[in-house]
Amino acid sequence: MSAPLSGDLAQIGKSVFIKGELSGSEDLYVDGQVEGSIALKGNSLTVGPNGQVRASVEAKGIVVQGKLDGNVQASDRVELRKTAVVTGDISTQRISIEEGAYLKGKVDIQGKAEKAAGK
Amino acid sequence: MASVTQNFMKLFRGSSSGPQGEAPQSAHKLTRRSSGLGELARVWDADSPLCVLDLGSTSPSNIRFFTERGHKIYSEDLLVSSTEPHLVTKDEEGKVVLDSRRFLADNLVYPAAHFDVVLCWNLPDYLDESLVRPVMGRLWSVLKPGGMLLAFFHTKDAGPDSPCYRFHILDKDTLEMQKIVLRREARRGPTGAVHTAIGDGFRLQRVFNNRHIETLFRDFASIKFFLARDNVREVLVVR
Repeated sequence: MSAPLSGDLAQIGKSVFIKGELSGSEDLYVDGQVEGSIALKGNSLTVGPNGQVRASVEAKGIVVQGKLDGNVQASDRVELRKTAVVTGDISTQRISIEEGAYLKGKVDIQGKAEKAAGK
Repeated sequence: MASVTQNFMKLFRGSSSGPQGEAPQSAHKLTRRSSGLGELARVWDADSPLCVLDLGSTSPSNIRFFTERGHKIYSEDLLVSSTEPHLVTKDEEGKVVLDSRRFLADNLVYPAAHFDVVLCWNLPDYLDESLVRPVMGRLWSVLKPGGMLLAFFHTKDAGPDSPCYRFHILDKDTLEMQKIVLRREARRGPTGAVHTAIGDGFRLQRVFNNRHIETLFRDFASIKFFLARDNVREVLVVR
């Protein structure tokens, strides 16, 4: 699956390594390595098949095709594709997990009311 | 009904034809009723959210089953974790073993008395000998007093080809069993290490008899056996 091309999409290519805090207000596609934290509160993060993310992640939607090591908080939806390898706790309203995905961690489905109360 | 009976008989007899990994995925799926799971059903219907630990392969069905009921589920595939190459060491006699202390430093790291239910499935039958008792000890400590653990044991050795299954909960007392066929390509584990020791699947390590099982769970408050027709002994223990 190739990265979607869009004017509102930032991309980190597979040869790129970033260490630190990433935040923004546009969708992000990571096919390289990121270490630190990623905050995209109203937008989506996609970890591509070559992506290796070692970070806490906060976003509206999160799609994982590669490797993600860290806690994940999505205000809307998390998708783990069949090649995903995720180590960390997932907190979201909705989740979809394809057959073959690997998860080591907790899945906590939070309703909108719970989210608003910050539980 | 006939197909269910056939499934019972097929279970744990080992692979009969065709190279592993080439058959379609659906050919490796069987369904079976589980009395132990049925006994746990009363717990699922509790009003308060539960903490459930699933020690099998990541199962979308199990995650859906529990999250739809408002429970929290933790997933941790201990069999895959036990294949990490860095765990291999030698004991005082020079025998190759797995380092249980290192294994428990990387896995099952939870606060004491955290879980209401642990789904062990067939883990003790396939886990390396050096890890079985340490893992059961850790599971005792992470279970809440009164918490329950479900495990399956073979009642007799069906040979080295006894297939290892992953378990998907279909209903309160019904499981779908899917034969674990590992991908041909090497798979990187959670630490990034390439798993090479597992070959095409996991091998049955031993057959526990009743006394062995009772010894294994001697620290637990109670133990209940459910004998099935498919050479499987289901065990439900309460801490």
